[in-house]
Amino acid sequence: MIINGVTIDATFAEAFPMKGTRAIITAQNEKWAMIAAQAMTGFATSVIACGCEAGIERVLTPDETPDGRPGVSIMIFAMGGKGLAKQLETRAGQCVLTSPTSALFAGIDGGIRIPLGKNLRYFGDGFQTSKVISGKRYWRIPVMDGEFLAEATTGQVDAVGGGNFLVLAQSQPQALAACEAAIEEMKKIPNVIMPFPGGVVRSGSKVGSKYKTLGASTNDAFCPTLKGSTKKTDLSPDIESVMEIVIDGLTKEDIDKAMRVGIQAVCDLGAENGIMRISAGNYGGKLGPFHFHLQEIMA
Amino acid sequence: MSALTFTLKNRPDQRVDMSPLACHLLADLEPVQIATIELQCGKRKLCVDELFSISGFDTQKIIIQNSFSKLDYIGKDLNGGEIHVEGDVGAYCGISMQSGLIKISGNTGIYAGCEMKKGQLEISGDAGDFLGGALPGNKNGMKGGVILVKGNAGDRVGDHLRRGTILIEGNAGDYCGSRMIAGTIAVMGNTGKHIGYAMRRGTLLLWNQPSLSASFNDCGQHTLAFLPMLFKSFTHLNSSFANNAIAFNRVHRFAGDMSEIGHGEILVKI
Repeated sequence: MIINGVTIDATFAEAFPMKGTRAIITAQNEKWAMIAAQAMTGFATSVIACGCEAGIERVLTPDETPDGRPGVSIMIFAMGGKGLAKQLETRAGQCVLTSPTSALFAGIDGGIRIPLGKNLRYFGDGFQTSKVISGKRYWRIPVMDGEFLAEATTGQVDAVGGGNFLVLAQSQPQALAACEAAIEEMKKIPNVIMPFPGGVVRSGSKVGSKYKTLGASTNDAFCPTLKGSTKKTDLSPDIESVMEIVIDGLTKEDIDKAMRVGIQAVCDLGAENGIMRISAGNYGGKLGPFHFHLQEIMA
Repeated sequence: MSALTFTLKNRPDQRVDMSPLACHLLADLEPVQIATIELQCGKRKLCVDELFSISGFDTQKIIIQNSFSKLDYIGKDLNGGEIHVEGDVGAYCGISMQSGLIKISGNTGIYAGCEMKKGQLEISGDAGDFLGGALPGNKNGMKGGVILVKGNAGDRVGDHLRRGTILIEGNAGDYCGSRMIAGTIAVMGNTGKHIGYAMRRGTLLLWNQPSLSASFNDCGQHTLAFLPMLFKSFTHLNSSFANNAIAFNRVHRFAGDMSEIGHGEILVKI
């Protein structure tokens, strides 16, 4: 398949089941809601070493938030429910509770309930109080700038992590420009996050390593400087840079949509802007049961 | 299907126990069967059709017409459905209600909504003493749901209130929120003496400065984030509380009752 001079490889991205949740952070203004959201989703690019993958889903207007203030919706994904709950609570406690004027609310009403403010309330040292409003429990924790308001729980649901595609370009600036265009469009899709810095990862990995202690290592088949030295390069001589976009989402369909708009944005730049191919992280079925066939998505 | 309507024929001299006429107890019964249900009236038992003329079929929507202040226990233990009362009601209206809706066009006697667990009780007139309270000797009053009073309420509103919301558009009597364990009482009018007497936790939200006892401590003026959410939860009500214009988030906070554990609060609109 070729779109606007860009070859879409006959391959697929492999993704795996995760547990996901969403939280809504509000603050006095969008600036401080975003600061709290960035802190809470920091150091959360990959479950390989961060314990979870997290990102900002979108900015919320005051009429979209529970307390009528500007807000930001964030999503966190982890390999299991226990790990997700731990990450959520730790991050909420260290990054949102501490952030001036912030409040924290559930972003998913259904699913298995996991603690959001339920245990953070003990920071109140006995002065905390709860309010049940419209059937939901909120904790009011006295803090130095007033009160930190946090919903007791949020919902944990089954999710999908690790959807991805690779952008293969003639140069590094062209690869990055294409990825930026893709991320711009993908951010408009609900229920997904792109957890890597700016949504883009330049150090895509393969499963395993020559070093026994490492579970993942550089994806040498897509490293342009190794074209002549690795046994299994997947790059033609004209490709000088490869970048990857990883997507976590609540459902396979959400990731499908995000990949479609992302790949389309890349293809819109086309071969004339140095974009040569779109490929995907395919680990031969070792990684997960969700397969995103690029040509089917773009059909 | 038209609402099942009970129209009182004559006002009996004795009080009437109306508890058998709750929606969940009448489900699947035909009007003929309902007519034979016995109601305690003083020391006598009277069949429903001796007191009321009956029309309509929908047992999940009951209308009681010509009601007066001796019809007690209306909607006792109500578990789903609606009861609309035209006129006043006696004592214990909505006692231990579990879910559903009761609307009273007139006034209620004592213990309206006492120990109710869920649902909504709407009183267009005035409410008697111990609104949403606990029966004498019991330790927990209302445990959930919403009570809305468009008129005034008597003494001891929310005595031993455990959870839930009591909204009063008019005035509240003495000892409002006495012995509260938790929950919320909002009063748009004035409040009587000894407000929050021995309250442990919970919120008394007031539009007018009350006369406070020495066991309430001034915590200063604050903007509280939960208040807009609380007001937003009232928007579905047929009440002044649903009016966005009355919402506020700036309050003067008083903590108490310090003669108890002191985790309760009286919030007064600034």
